[in-house]
Amino acid sequence: MKTIAFAWRFLWSRPLSAGLNLLLLSLGLGSLSFVLLAGHQIDRAFERDLAGIDVVVGAKGSPMQLILSGVFHIDAPTGNVPLAAVKQLEQHPQVAQLIPLSLGDSYRGFRIVGSTPDYLTHYSAAFAQGGVWSAPMQAVIGAQVAAQTGLKVGDRFAGSHGLAGGGDSHGQTPYVVSGVLAPGGSVLDRLVLTALDSVWQVHEGHSALDADDRKLMEDEREVTLALIRYRTPLAAVTFPRFVNATTEMQAAAPALEITRLLKLIGVGTDVLRALAGVLLLTAGLSVFIALWSAVRERRADLALLRMLGAPPRKVAALLLCEALWLALLATLIGVLAGQELMAALAWFLQLDKSVLISGLAWPAELWSVPALAVAVALLSALLPAYEAYRANVFELLQSR
Amino acid sequence: MIRTQQLAYRYGGGAELRFDDVEVPQGGVLLLRGASGSGKSTWLAMAAALLAPGAGEITVAGQSMRSLGKVAGDAWRARTIGFLPQKLHLSAALTVHGNLAMAQWAAGQSQDDGRIREALAALGIGELAARKPAQLSGGQAQRVALARAVLLQPKVILADEPTASLDDAAARQALALLQAAAQRHGATLVIATHDARVEANLDSQIGFQTVVIKRKQL
Repeated sequence: MKTIAFAWRFLWSRPLSAGLNLLLLSLGLGSLSFVLLAGHQIDRAFERDLAGIDVVVGAKGSPMQLILSGVFHIDAPTGNVPLAAVKQLEQHPQVAQLIPLSLGDSYRGFRIVGSTPDYLTHYSAAFAQGGVWSAPMQAVIGAQVAAQTGLKVGDRFAGSHGLAGGGDSHGQTPYVVSGVLAPGGSVLDRLVLTALDSVWQVHEGHSALDADDRKLMEDEREVTLALIRYRTPLAAVTFPRFVNATTEMQAAAPALEITRLLKLIGVGTDVLRALAGVLLLTAGLSVFIALWSAVRERRADLALLRMLGAPPRKVAALLLCEALWLALLATLIGVLAGQELMAALAWFLQLDKSVLISGLAWPAELWSVPALAVAVALLSALLPAYEAYRANVFELLQSR
Repeated sequence: MIRTQQLAYRYGGGAELRFDDVEVPQGGVLLLRGASGSGKSTWLAMAAALLAPGAGEITVAGQSMRSLGKVAGDAWRARTIGFLPQKLHLSAALTVHGNLAMAQWAAGQSQDDGRIREALAALGIGELAARKPAQLSGGQAQRVALARAVLLQPKVILADEPTASLDDAAARQALALLQAAAQRHGATLVIATHDARVEANLDSQIGFQTVVIKRKQL
């Protein structure tokens, strides 16, 4: 048998103590894994959805709300803005691309978003079935929408008023599914996408009184917001100021707002991190006490090993190996528990049609979990190992 | 063989313990008799290279203990000494087989299951290999500890109070086993004891010498 095999046997010769230590260490590492994974996944989800969007222009109100509703589709929009004003912005020399979005309806809780095919191109969307709309009242549905509603190409469905579902049904103006997107991990997965004309058609057809009224409505068409990519990074300095000062609209920079949001979330994750730290410290102390008392209990046995010819470093290595076994097992259990918790959170958020995250991931920062486990175990074992190292064999064998 | 000349040990406080000279041929038996605290264990520790002599000389199996460093002492002890402690210190976490394997591990040898089986069989406890120490009787446990002591075919067997806490019959049997094992391996046997029964029960056919250790402090 090798040192690791003996260490394993000795560790489990005190099953209750080993089990409790393992539980404590696993709890600390599991909490830490969860906090790290959640932070990483949320950052990544935000980064993915924000990619290539320099500024969001919409109705005045809370800039954070504008970003959350326009980019992540997890909040109500601040209002609508005139299509003409948005079109004017498209001509601005600092604007490289402008994607208008029109919100207001939903289908079984999934938002129906009127836009241009550029919105699909922006997220490099790939089709699992069918293709992009070629006429009004055709819709492309995201992978998650397809999975949860069972819609497929050629199916018809009617949107309902409002973003939360449960509003009046637009039954007279049904959509036909023209395409189903392959899962892409972006916000598109949980959206129903259609042409801007579709959204206008649904609402104008719904409320226009006569032909004159319809003409008037066409002149006064609105969109909810516009996603803008700058031609030059310098535009970040002047463009938002230009919009905020000279138009009735507001420009919100996603990077700034998300930094603010993450700072708010950060307070929560810091608290969780601190809690995981306390758990780890407790686990470390517990491992230390267990190994210390194991050394005390087995002093004479360890002395006998010296008598049989084991050099002091070999006896110390035996104790360090016991601690490393604990660290290894606790890392496995802790990281698995963290991933499972993350998967549960991902499932819950998916049910809630909120930010898309996935359970299984191994971000670089997760390597800190095994590193910390080894550090805690080794630190806890250091003093007991030293005690075993410098044990006075002669005295120990004399004391009976 | 074991030879001591003007052997003494100095304690931390400056007290010195002196021992009579001894010379035991290879394969011989030495009985160290003395009351508790007389210095028997100190003598054994010096013979096992665990304590450096304070003065004089002790040579065990051709090796002077004075010239052995700590690291070399561990390796030498693993090769040369078999130790039977009073308290047997069989690891409760391991089987009988595991306890013997641990002795091989401690000595830096790779595990040799065949030799472990042989050592157990020679003491008539081959069938106990898979048992844990808690499942053994006192006599069985002592045979396991003896098997562990002779497993690596030592040149010297040091037995510390091997009959303490044994009744007369068990003490006789333990001594017979100990002498037989030492004879089988051609090992020099040193028995440190305060038990008067040991001298009476040692096989006089084999021959042994007795040294009475008394505290002679300066």
